[in-house]
Amino acid sequence: MSNTYFEILRAGVNTTIQDKGRNNMNHIGITVSGAIDQRNYILSNKLVNNNLSEAVIEFAFQGPLLKLKNGKINFSITGDVLFKIIKKNSSVEVGTCYKNYTLEDEDQIDIISTKNTVYGYLSVNGGFELEKVWNSYSTNTKANIGSNNGKKYSTEDKIFIKNSDLIMIKENTISYNQFSDNIIRVIKGTNFNYFSRESKNIFFEQEFLVTKLADRMGVRLSGHKLENTISTNIKSEGLVKGVIQVPADGNPIIMLSDHGTIGGYPKIGVVISADLDRVGQLTPGSAINFKEVSLEEAQNIFKAYTDESNKYLNECN
Amino acid sequence: MIKNISNLGDAAVYCDFGSDVNEKINLNVISYFNSLSKLVKESKINGINNIIPSYNKLIISFDLSITNYFEIRKIVLDLNVSNKIIKNHKKIKIPVCCDDEFGLDFNRLLNKTKLSKEEILELYLNQEYFCYMTGFIAGMPFLGDIDKDIRCDRLETPRVKVPKGSVGITEQFANIYTFESPGGWNIIGNTPQKIFDQSNLEEPALIKPGDKVYFYQISKKDYLNWNE
Repeated sequence: MSNTYFEILRAGVNTTIQDKGRNNMNHIGITVSGAIDQRNYILSNKLVNNNLSEAVIEFAFQGPLLKLKNGKINFSITGDVLFKIIKKNSSVEVGTCYKNYTLEDEDQIDIISTKNTVYGYLSVNGGFELEKVWNSYSTNTKANIGSNNGKKYSTEDKIFIKNSDLIMIKENTISYNQFSDNIIRVIKGTNFNYFSRESKNIFFEQEFLVTKLADRMGVRLSGHKLENTISTNIKSEGLVKGVIQVPADGNPIIMLSDHGTIGGYPKIGVVISADLDRVGQLTPGSAINFKEVSLEEAQNIFKAYTDESNKYLNECN
Repeated sequence: MIKNISNLGDAAVYCDFGSDVNEKINLNVISYFNSLSKLVKESKINGINNIIPSYNKLIISFDLSITNYFEIRKIVLDLNVSNKIIKNHKKIKIPVCCDDEFGLDFNRLLNKTKLSKEEILELYLNQEYFCYMTGFIAGMPFLGDIDKDIRCDRLETPRVKVPKGSVGITEQFANIYTFESPGGWNIIGNTPQKIFDQSNLEEPALIKPGDKVYFYQISKKDYLNWNE
């Protein structure tokens, strides 16, 4: 086992280990978890020449302050993140996302905050010294499953880093375009017809606001109450990331990675796979518009999303 | 039988077995779940992320970079569903202490049902309940059906924190809170029994869909001294 680790001097708001997520466990109530923004997750790994499914540190809003102990590493940060590298000799360098850096023993990374998004990702070459639980490193804080005993990190915790061969690492950068509009594309849900004609129109024509009640489980919206004309409850049934449920109060909720595996509110729509990263990154107060697309369109948009991800991946060595 | 198959977004198949909730329909859902799970385990299908059975629906989520709705839909339609897989369902007895410090909602239930606490427990305990599904939080079983005379709606305002181990009822169903969680069910007791054990990697959930569950009452002393 390696003796190189990050000492956490400040934990940040919600700092956890994440990866692609934990599948094939929904039927016993274990949610998928995993990085909220899957594209930024894989890009952070690519920048440090990792396997794309390696575990990374996910942080939200204010990130951690980390001090490297007993080693030298290569790391990268992705997202829209303000961070500094504080050298052992106290010199400070402002960090750039989508670029890999070498960090010397006793240097610090201060992840000050995300800017116009919620989540950011930190990868180290070789990955962290962790064990998979049910085939995933992801931390599920609800059921305390996965890395760090299923808990978010606290100050004074240590995150051990696997030994890596830094000689092979070249400088990598990606020219990443942050999303510029707030149009979220949606396929009509299985209960779309539960809603009044007027509410159906409002859903696709009016603006909704992201509230402060937004976390890894889901994002609550406000702005227009959607009127249900059939029933405000359905018999509980499975959920997937991106489902938009509307409880009795009429305010829609978009399910994210830590959502309960089943739910009993009508599903007015489902965010398409290509827009899930963007939905997860919406900050409280953001205004969004839903746009209806067909299944075929969604599949084509997903292909374009995958092509764009590959374009970014190919910018690295 | 599946009455309708549709897409739930671009990365899930939604199989609708109707709107009724009963053991027969649910066992049919479980049969489909078992048959599909077997194919996934044997690596005969690629790209399936999760198969989620519930009372009368089966939702199959998949990785859109590997497969798509039309491929998975065809697999479901062509499935040779075997009912004989359902035979290893267990009978499980769950101890529950119904002292007032654990039975948080007896006052509400007494008002709504016009029954005494003893009468409610008489109707509730030592009955055979069928496990329709597990979910929402890890290992939480959805059991039924409870006696018509003790059925009651959810709390008007759900609790922010329901204690771990709480045993609740709502409508025709009973459940167990395997972890502390928000929730709106009427809490009538608490079990010291571990319902979800993540150190058991093969079978972390004690109760699985199709199992039969009985609740029996224990004293506070037995509760405190409970040792699995």
